[in-house]
Amino acid sequence: MEKKTCLYDHHVALGALMSPFGGFIMPIQYTNITDEHNAVRQHCGVFDVSHMGEVRITGADAERYVQHIFTNDVTDAPLGQIYYGMMCYPDGGTVDDLLVYKMGDNDFFLVINAANIDKDVAWMQEQAQGFDICLDHQSDYYGQLAVQGPEAEAVVEEVLGLPCKELKFYTAKTLEVAEGDEGETIIISRTGYTGEDGFEIYGSHDFTQKAWEKLMQSGRCKPCGLGCRDTLRFEVGLPLYGDELSADISPVMAGLSIFVKLDKDEFIGKEALANQKANGVARKLVGIELADKAIPRHGYAVLTPEGDTVGEVTTGYHCLSVDKSVCMALVKTDYAKLGTPLAVQIRKKTFPGVVVKKKFYDKHYKK
Amino acid sequence: MAQFESGLFYSESHEYVRVEGEFGFIGISDYAQHALGNVVYVDMPEVDDEVTAGEEFGAVESVKAASDLIAPVSGTVVEVNEALEDQPELLNKDAFANWIIKVQLSDPTELDALMDVEAYKKHCE
Repeated sequence: MEKKTCLYDHHVALGALMSPFGGFIMPIQYTNITDEHNAVRQHCGVFDVSHMGEVRITGADAERYVQHIFTNDVTDAPLGQIYYGMMCYPDGGTVDDLLVYKMGDNDFFLVINAANIDKDVAWMQEQAQGFDICLDHQSDYYGQLAVQGPEAEAVVEEVLGLPCKELKFYTAKTLEVAEGDEGETIIISRTGYTGEDGFEIYGSHDFTQKAWEKLMQSGRCKPCGLGCRDTLRFEVGLPLYGDELSADISPVMAGLSIFVKLDKDEFIGKEALANQKANGVARKLVGIELADKAIPRHGYAVLTPEGDTVGEVTTGYHCLSVDKSVCMALVKTDYAKLGTPLAVQIRKKTFPGVVVKKKFYDKHYKK
Repeated sequence: MAQFESGLFYSESHEYVRVEGEFGFIGISDYAQHALGNVVYVDMPEVDDEVTAGEEFGAVESVKAASDLIAPVSGTVVEVNEALEDQPELLNKDAFANWIIKVQLSDPTELDALMDVEAYKKHCE
């Protein structure tokens, strides 16, 4: 049985197409994916991302513990700084990719993927032995909205009345808000998963519902489903756990080594990842652009021009912002060089293509 | 709301056949194009290919998913709607005017197994 977010009734009332994702029943689209995609690229869209998981780590060893489970380096992080990175297994495979917010000295807020919540929390608890920390699983408390697009800053400031202008890219702050009789502390960050400027806002269910209603009433921001969240993240080359990262796909294979800080003293998976980086990996994530408009989908075989299978598609679309059929694919390293001719098997036919950078559209972050 | 056109033969997988003499024009229903959303690619067979009732002969791709096209009748492809190669969105604009393939029917009795518009409307409810 799928869980519902605190905005489920709002989605149904808007006539959204609802579908299971990551253990939740989520809106895939309200009108259509293309319009919602374009709204985020050109104006402003809001996503209910309350399915994401949240874990708070505090205690005397909190920083040392985060350093132990996380591939990025949070040493001497300024207050409010956010880091993207992974939790890895000892063999370098990926447990999950996540954001780590530094909320205070020895106080971190971790945001994890919905589909991995149970697995991640169990993993974090297993790794906590010998650390003096408090691991508080807060997924059931927090709702989360992502307001994304070039007009997001104005919408958050003017419609929601939340001051956010001064927030730099990948930083967060807390705000005291008063709704009704009781106040609460929310977290707002300049982050997102669309390649556009935007904000993610974490608050109680009550706060999240009221904020959603204000956004809908304002008419300044389009409700957007997970369908366009995937097309948006894909075309700027952002990975999705389960497609581009998994227990079998390490961050090094996925081309995310920049988020793996091998100069850190120690973290789970360090040895395996250092070895992968030094000696190379068997398979690598690449971009492939097809000459035709046929669409390569997750799991389709990637072939050499001679017809040998050398990999498979992780995500593919007819890319909405550049009008080309493109995919990310995990291929044998010998075939990962830019310009290598490869083909994708789509149903009964093979479609020729070429290895390109796996960023099909430029990000427009406000740094 | 989906449109329904009378005089056509419909399959459970939402293809239609418009019969003109010994030929059948095969496309997808308006209900189907609504359900698919923005069509971005149509994978079509080639002229002279054989299609078999109940078997896949191509696919319609929306942004999110590929949906197989199932032949409602058997026959030889005599024409494909080439306009769909560059303008797949024509299926969203008018699914009945924009057929996908024209086949020479090899067994017109197969039409008996298909639904008329009233039966198809019920099927879509």
